[in-house]
Amino acid sequence: MSIRHSLLALLQDQPRYGYQLRVEFENRTGATWPLNIGQVYTTLDRLERDGLVSKDGDDGEGHVIYSITDAGKAEVGNWFAAPVERNNPPRNELAIKLALAVTIPGVDVQGIIQAQRVASIRALQDYTKARRDTATSQRPGDTAWLLVIDSLIFQTEAEVRWLDLCEARMVQQAQSAGQARRTSTGVTEAAAALHADNRR
Amino acid sequence: MSVQGPQQVLELAGVSKTFGEGATAVAALRDVDLTISAGEFVAVMGPSGSGKSSLLALAGGLDRPTSGSVFVESTPLAGLGLNDLARLRRRAVGYVFQDFNLVPTLTAAENVALPLELDGTASRKAHRQAMDALRQVGIPELADRFMDQMSGGQQQRVAIARAVVGQRRLILADEPTGALDSTTGQGVMEVLRSRAEAGAAVMLVTHEARHAAWADRVVFLRDGRIVDQAAALQDPAVLLAQAGL
Repeated sequence: MSIRHSLLALLQDQPRYGYQLRVEFENRTGATWPLNIGQVYTTLDRLERDGLVSKDGDDGEGHVIYSITDAGKAEVGNWFAAPVERNNPPRNELAIKLALAVTIPGVDVQGIIQAQRVASIRALQDYTKARRDTATSQRPGDTAWLLVIDSLIFQTEAEVRWLDLCEARMVQQAQSAGQARRTSTGVTEAAAALHADNRR
Repeated sequence: MSVQGPQQVLELAGVSKTFGEGATAVAALRDVDLTISAGEFVAVMGPSGSGKSSLLALAGGLDRPTSGSVFVESTPLAGLGLNDLARLRRRAVGYVFQDFNLVPTLTAAENVALPLELDGTASRKAHRQAMDALRQVGIPELADRFMDQMSGGQQQRVAIARAVVGQRRLILADEPTGALDSTTGQGVMEVLRSRAEAGAAVMLVTHEARHAAWADRVVFLRDGRIVDQAAALQDPAVLLAQAGL
């Protein structure tokens, strides 16, 4: 997540001080990605060093107000115009876990898949409910929040579909292994169960 | 006879279903216990062949279990003759089939009114209730169309209107969004959800996670057994804050 660009975009909207930036960021993204106030100030220091923002005095209550510079505006423009970079996919703990599970003997991969499926569906239920409640209340300013929930719903749904695919692959593999065994050593119990399953 | 609270609309107690006999017997359901209360929306998920559709057929009295009992509004289905079972289905149970099961020679409104009229409701009253149901699914303007004048999505809505007409207490839906695009599919979920909120017990069989997520409780079937259940418990705001992605 680019805190740097998010803060710049908020400053393009209007000059603000650090705490305001944090509140505004969380409001607009539904508090999905909480922002540490320390991170906000560190980022503002760097943006000032790079000439993208400048200090603009204080508001009379001791808050230092920051404004965006022309260079900062250009930077925001570039950020909005450019697609999000994909050459470095974010680390996906679930994919890593399953990739390791299938290569290590004795790990109950189906158990891992099912446990994750339950957790993912539960999250999907909660997101769907949040979306329903938000859509019903229809307050102004909810549009940005709805977009964020939709994104979470799509991501979680993709996760469940991927889990289904992983499981189907494993069943297929077990099946062909079972068939191989059947031709050489007769019907095993596992292969018989799969066979019965297919006939339904 | 098992103990039931007044709010339980559907109860399956120790239900098993086996097709065939002897060496070729296949167990579709094994010792399933499941209760759905009034106002509760339950989704059933599982791979094909896990017993989802068998479960729905038993719940709706379309099939009888090999062992165990099914109760609809405290009435044990096993004790009912064919006529009484048919009457209970028309009055209390709305069923949305995968392939719609609509009558092609009737209009949309006539299809929706049919179960009411079969049950002795006066024609005019049945028509009025049918129009209410068509309004609920968003197609009152298509009331006079025949099935061959409607798209698959529109026919599916008629099928859903027929299932919810007359304030049925138990709505059973088998992959009701199969033929629909995603926006229309979401509309179907909204109708099922609103029926649950109006006090009906809803059971949805689906393989789509995003539809199952509309339910209060998701039941996972595998090889004829319930292996897991997921219920939305957390306050969504707390969950989203925790996600901190």
